[in-house]
Amino acid sequence: MAGSSIKPTPLLKDELDIVIPTIRNLDFLEMWRPFFEQYHLIIVQDGDPSKNIKVPDGFDYELYNRNDINRILGPKASCISFKDSACRCFGYMVSKKKYIYTIDDDCFVAKDPSGKEINALEQHIKNLLSPSTPLFFNTLYDPYREGADFVRGYPFSLREGVPTAVSHGLWLNIPDYDAPTQLVKPLERNTRYVDAVLTVPKGTLFPMCGMNLAFNRELIGPAMYFGLMGDGQPVGRYDDMWAGWCMKVICDHMGWGVKTGLPYIWHSKASNPFVNLKKEYNGIFWQEELIPFFQSAVLPKECTTVQKCYIELAKQVKEKLGKLDPYFIKLADAMVTWIEAWDELNSSEGKPAKLPNGTAK
Amino acid sequence: MRTQPSLLSLAIDTAVLHLSHFSDLSPLPDHILLDLLGRTLKAGKLNEKVLNLFMATGKDEILSVIQALNIQHVLTPVLPTKFGKMSVVNIKDSDVDIIIGALRSDLTSFMNEWRSIFSRFHLIIVKDPDLNEELKIPEGFNVDVYAKSHMDHVVGSSTSVLFSGYSCRYFGFLISRKKYIVSIDDDCVPAKDEKGFLVDAVDQHIMNLTTPATPFFFNTLYDPYREGADFVRGYPFSLRNGVMCALSCGLWLNLADFDAPTQALKPGQRNSRYVDAVMTVPARAMMPISGINIAFDREVIGPTLLPALRLAGEGKLRWETMEDIWSGMCVKIVCDHLGMGVKSGLPYVWRRDRGNAIESLKKEWEGVKLMEEVVPFFQSVRLPRTAATAEDCVVEIAKAVKQKLGPLDPVFARAAEAMSEWIKLWKALGSGSLPL
Repeated sequence: MAGSSIKPTPLLKDELDIVIPTIRNLDFLEMWRPFFEQYHLIIVQDGDPSKNIKVPDGFDYELYNRNDINRILGPKASCISFKDSACRCFGYMVSKKKYIYTIDDDCFVAKDPSGKEINALEQHIKNLLSPSTPLFFNTLYDPYREGADFVRGYPFSLREGVPTAVSHGLWLNIPDYDAPTQLVKPLERNTRYVDAVLTVPKGTLFPMCGMNLAFNRELIGPAMYFGLMGDGQPVGRYDDMWAGWCMKVICDHMGWGVKTGLPYIWHSKASNPFVNLKKEYNGIFWQEELIPFFQSAVLPKECTTVQKCYIELAKQVKEKLGKLDPYFIKLADAMVTWIEAWDELNSSEGKPAKLPNGTAK
Repeated sequence: MRTQPSLLSLAIDTAVLHLSHFSDLSPLPDHILLDLLGRTLKAGKLNEKVLNLFMATGKDEILSVIQALNIQHVLTPVLPTKFGKMSVVNIKDSDVDIIIGALRSDLTSFMNEWRSIFSRFHLIIVKDPDLNEELKIPEGFNVDVYAKSHMDHVVGSSTSVLFSGYSCRYFGFLISRKKYIVSIDDDCVPAKDEKGFLVDAVDQHIMNLTTPATPFFFNTLYDPYREGADFVRGYPFSLRNGVMCALSCGLWLNLADFDAPTQALKPGQRNSRYVDAVMTVPARAMMPISGINIAFDREVIGPTLLPALRLAGEGKLRWETMEDIWSGMCVKIVCDHLGMGVKSGLPYVWRRDRGNAIESLKKEWEGVKLMEEVVPFFQSVRLPRTAATAEDCVVEIAKAVKQKLGPLDPVFARAAEAMSEWIKLWKALGSGSLPL
């Protein structure tokens, strides 16, 4: 193929933190060592804080357990979930880096169809560093990938794209199904490697899974609150969904893009579908109301920062979803608490809490 | 010197072409059955259904031939595709028309490459009215050919200019009476998937059209109706029934559908990436629908695929046209309005190298410029709730085009006129008994 050689993807090792929520030892990191060793890890330990989490040697990390979270946030710690991987968003809040990659501790390195191990982090970085195209769908998927481009009919004025805020990766082996689907198809495995990255169009919602996710923290960080789940809450396994819907509404408003597709990781553990059903039960009913709510959510022009957008969204959640269940009133309050905590922890380093409104083309 | 075929021989040949219409072969005398079997095999038309037909006759000679040739029932689809038989969704071969716009006269290699996939269907080949040479089409297909003379007869010679160049296929869409149409450019041949199997593009298109689309919420595992996939966690249950899929847009390996500037900048770039996915393009997302490899449900969306936007210098290479892009924008708006889905992705076809992007660029860059006006227009088009059919929608779009785009460039004013003209044609000739 004619053309210049492909530039190597920058490592961004001083600009990216890897956030991992866990309740057990992190032996899975051994498999990721060649890909993760150069990065700083933020480990958020859920559950019993007196338990000692073993991290393999050679990794540079900071670990926070519940006691740390309570100490650092004080009363605001109420917004961080307990006994649910939603607690990971605390890691986003305390990070000082521009980019975050978050991964579950039952996710391993996958292989592509040629048998080569997939460097998931490298692909996420590629996704985040190249523009998105939410305003017009490209039928050959990500036009910025080598070997691809914009197709005939794609308007030239839209070919610059917009900044990419989120890169949503996928999973081989155990797919991210909800409990009812898991019950009906306990043996189904995702074996299909779809060699594509694409931008989720503006105005379109999708279910964002937190298992293999990267984002530009400087752009969209404050919107990545994973909600109130787990202990004492009426719902679980909707943390990433909630964050994804809020995030998408805000990205659409701010003119940023969200990509989905590659990279794949290998998801090894299927959680118990009966336990999942109990956790998701309310969510399954509530999402019927939540989706129309998010689909019709409008953020006023005055919301020029992510924090302002998020506070406005929290207001609308309280107003419109409060009558669905009192849980949403609590959640709306927690969303506000989250923003307050975020601003407290993040504005002191001189990093502006206010970010310029991206220009939507 | 060839002797004239006997009447019997001609009858058997015709029978081979219409195998899909037979439900019982047992009344046929043994020697004719054997001959029929032989010619079926030679024509490459033996599939599961047809094999059953022959075996059901119970005739010893037939069964021993089948055994001798070691013909076996296949538990997986007969044609090398992963995607299941059409019979699974109760679609008859006779529900499909394959419509080819012929911009070149010698279709021999094209048809031969597609033979194993096309031969069980009825084909409509429409000759570009500007093409002077006689079409060369190999034997063994159930095909009807239409040319300028037919167009003149049906729509009048002043209107038949609508069908020049790539737009000739729309004449086929107009007069077809089948539910599903598959249309592929005449410079494309079947592609091979990552395993090296020939891709049955027709089967995949029909599968796309006969399974629901999901335009209201994006499924991150793409088409949830595919084997081995499903809706992911967080996908609302009320949206899992999906809606009807009206249009299936396939892709291209080798020469992808780039515009002239892009291909000119990267003359060596060829698409070698086989992306194993079909997905619904979300509602309200605009997209460039290429006419190179598409299929649609004529019953629901037929009138919306229309020959309207003709560039001043429109040529006989895709780089020199925008007609399909325009038509596609209309189709997407109408589908969004009527609550139907558009899928994109598989199947791939292999598009042969042809033409020179730089030459095309020199000749025709107007199309690229026009898209800049077209996009904001389609972004802002609103169809009234009273537009409940595809025809109504097209009429409304034409009105808006005339009003908003017409003043910007005469090409748009002509497009608006062509759209209104087309709907009149469709209403008069698009249904009922065939006009020919």
